[in-house]
Amino acid sequence: MSITTDEDVTAESVPPPTKRQRRAASIADAASGGLRTILIKMVLIGIVDAIALYAIFILALQQDWIVLGVVAVVTAIVNWIYFSRRKLPAKYLTPGVIFLVLFQVFVVVYTGYIAFTNYGTGHNGSKEQAVSSLMAASLERVPDSPTYGVTVVDQLGTLGLLVTDPDGEVSVGTNEQPLQEVQGAELENGKAVAVDGWTSLSFQDVIARTDEITELAVPFSDDPNDGAIRTPDGSNGYLYTSTLEYDEAAGTMTDLTSGTVYTDQGTGAFVAEDGEELRPGWQITVGFDNFVRAVTDSRLAGPLIYVTLWTFAFALISVASTFFLGLFLALVFNDMRMRGRRFYRIAMILPYAIPSFLSALVWAGMMNESFGFINQVLLGGASVPWLTDPTVAKISVLIVNLWLGFPYMFLVCTGALQSIPEDVNEAATVDGASPWQTFRLIKLPLLLVSVAPLLIASFAFNFNNFNVIYMLTNGGPRDTDAPIPVGFTDILISMVYKVAFTGQNRDYGLAAAYSVIIFIVVATISIIAFRRTKSLEEIN
Amino acid sequence: MTEQQPVPGTQAGLLQAELREQRAAARTGGDPELQREAPEKRPFSFGRWFKATGWRHLVGIVVVAFALFPIVFVISSSLNPKGTLTGSNALFSQIGFDAYARILTNPDVPFTTWFANTLIIAGITAILTVFLGSLAAYAFSRMRFTGRRFGLVSIVVIQMFPQMLAVVAIFLVMTAISDWFPAIGLNTHIGLIMVYLGGALGVNTYLMYGYFNTIPASIDEAAKIDGAGHARIFFTIILRLVAPILAVVALLSFIFTVNEYVVASVILIDTEKQTLAVGLVKLVSNPRYADWAAFSAGAVIAALPVVLLFLYLQKYIVGGLSAGAVK
Repeated sequence: MSITTDEDVTAESVPPPTKRQRRAASIADAASGGLRTILIKMVLIGIVDAIALYAIFILALQQDWIVLGVVAVVTAIVNWIYFSRRKLPAKYLTPGVIFLVLFQVFVVVYTGYIAFTNYGTGHNGSKEQAVSSLMAASLERVPDSPTYGVTVVDQLGTLGLLVTDPDGEVSVGTNEQPLQEVQGAELENGKAVAVDGWTSLSFQDVIARTDEITELAVPFSDDPNDGAIRTPDGSNGYLYTSTLEYDEAAGTMTDLTSGTVYTDQGTGAFVAEDGEELRPGWQITVGFDNFVRAVTDSRLAGPLIYVTLWTFAFALISVASTFFLGLFLALVFNDMRMRGRRFYRIAMILPYAIPSFLSALVWAGMMNESFGFINQVLLGGASVPWLTDPTVAKISVLIVNLWLGFPYMFLVCTGALQSIPEDVNEAATVDGASPWQTFRLIKLPLLLVSVAPLLIASFAFNFNNFNVIYMLTNGGPRDTDAPIPVGFTDILISMVYKVAFTGQNRDYGLAAAYSVIIFIVVATISIIAFRRTKSLEEIN
Repeated sequence: MTEQQPVPGTQAGLLQAELREQRAAARTGGDPELQREAPEKRPFSFGRWFKATGWRHLVGIVVVAFALFPIVFVISSSLNPKGTLTGSNALFSQIGFDAYARILTNPDVPFTTWFANTLIIAGITAILTVFLGSLAAYAFSRMRFTGRRFGLVSIVVIQMFPQMLAVVAIFLVMTAISDWFPAIGLNTHIGLIMVYLGGALGVNTYLMYGYFNTIPASIDEAAKIDGAGHARIFFTIILRLVAPILAVVALLSFIFTVNEYVVASVILIDTEKQTLAVGLVKLVSNPRYADWAAFSAGAVIAALPVVLLFLYLQKYIVGGLSAGAVK
């Protein structure tokens, strides 16, 4: 990276501004701003503050105090920066830094946290949420339940039930809010039909939202064992109780029909003595479990090892093959006497200009074993298993990545070659060196100096080259022995994606643990590479 | 660029040394003695031509065939009126635009919506990335403040971790955001753009920073003496002078966003909200959907704007690439 220009010189020769100079500069700045600038600034900060205020209001309603605090502090800092006379660099850096911190730094830290939890399918929320959803899932109508008069009501999009019990008492509640008594409801034939703060649904609305209404189960009280009111038709409600009984003190769930006792053994779920687990469970911190599991569970460790090896092989071979082909072509076409080089050049750049996800999909079609162009036309009806045999699929991936990557290396090498002065060549020729010697001993080292950082960057890019793997083979052929959806051409990043987002069981914790492992590998390589190329020295 | 000099036809096939001699002869054209020493123009010899440049054309033809054949294949199958994958194998056997009509009008495949989504998301991301990046590059290039060096180094280091590695965390953060503000959370374009803007500082800032440094600071100083404030200098003077690098960064960011699959597939859930990458992958991964011709037509339409932009800005991109950006 050629970052340094004349700034080292200026940084040394110009003394840091004195306090007076700085004050003068800021006054000049303010004076030059004019009314319009100040107005624009006020409007922009006003918008930011209004959004922040709205956010704080919502967060207060949901009682997310930590997030609320963060929003408030960030808003305060932003106001302080933009109303201050100084802090000029901060004014320019803040917008980008906010996004950088939230979606680049924070998510990395958060990945680290998730790696230590059992987050995933069946372990999505808190223990209370798990309890209430278990109870709600096993609700059964109490056989001799009295009939409750029910009106479906709506508050800001949340449906609730306005319930009149057989004694004439009126209460209202939603899926989340247990029934609470209300006063002053509007009655009709002894049944409450409307109440302040809620909109009663018309008959048409009830019909339109039937699905939502039949899902409604309004808890009777804070104790989930008391059951819930449900309504099959939107006008009559019945008491439903769960076939599960929750004992908060003992931390157990008892199935009333079978008598099985499920206990909380600290694994984030209620487990019966025979090992049967109630789903959903809840999210807990599991320490190094995910890492230990990834490395020691034999069914997981095998895939992790061969995926890691293949990731390195894939990245290294891709860089080497694209570089050598690109360099070769750059040498071939770097001859002034050759005609039509512009045409060749444009034709060769085309693969690079096409979005890579499209090219990979097209190649996947051409490499189809039974119908693809390569087998059917180029090989005259052969059936080479381009994408379905573990070894051949790896070769296919490398070929396609060569196709995708060589134009870049061609461009880069052409640029680097042309920056080597012609005198070098002449001097070597005079000294009696053969063209090959000139190239190998003089041009190549010179070339590598300028291209080496790009090769490292290219390695890092290919190390996480998700698109070519996922679009071409989808990581396949699938390894049927592994409990996670992993295949023989998967690289680490596509394995993370598949563990987290495909398959029956999403295992965010394990995926995050894999991410952390990749972070460490990439960071180590980057640090070594940085030391080597010493590019940091240029940044001064 | 030296290689774009026109090469006169008479010089084709001559070796470098002969060329130099000829030029020397041309320079000293007035001297009859030297002119006599200059070699006679030799008759055309295929062997000599082949040794000098002919074999290069052979290599060129092979490489061009390798580079172009998937492209030719996809164009051919997009013109096949009713093509399955097998039917597409006979190149240009039939020509018609039915496949294009199918992909554009099929009610089950909202191709035009995907296309529009992609252009909107990639366009806005590109513009905002350039804006945020150039703000930062201006501060780093023109101002001296404590933490400047640290800031530059930390941007490089942070940028080394690809965002898609943190995709699980991004998904969970966006899920949490949608609990509070559904308008910018999961399944929204704004949410996705915000995630992409996390990478707005980074390699792009570096490219721009280098370019900003080549603009002499005396221009700023002159403007300052004339009474311009920092904002006016930035918006009305500097941004115009650095326009070429802004175009390159915008294009690189645009192409990156068009290509991005991982984060987009996780955040955009509804079919109507998805981008081309997410939608088309789903389209061909469905084995029952055997309309390869329609997919090819979609691919051609999708690739066209990017390819044209790329070829149009080719010269700048090559410069930008050698300065350290990787697609």
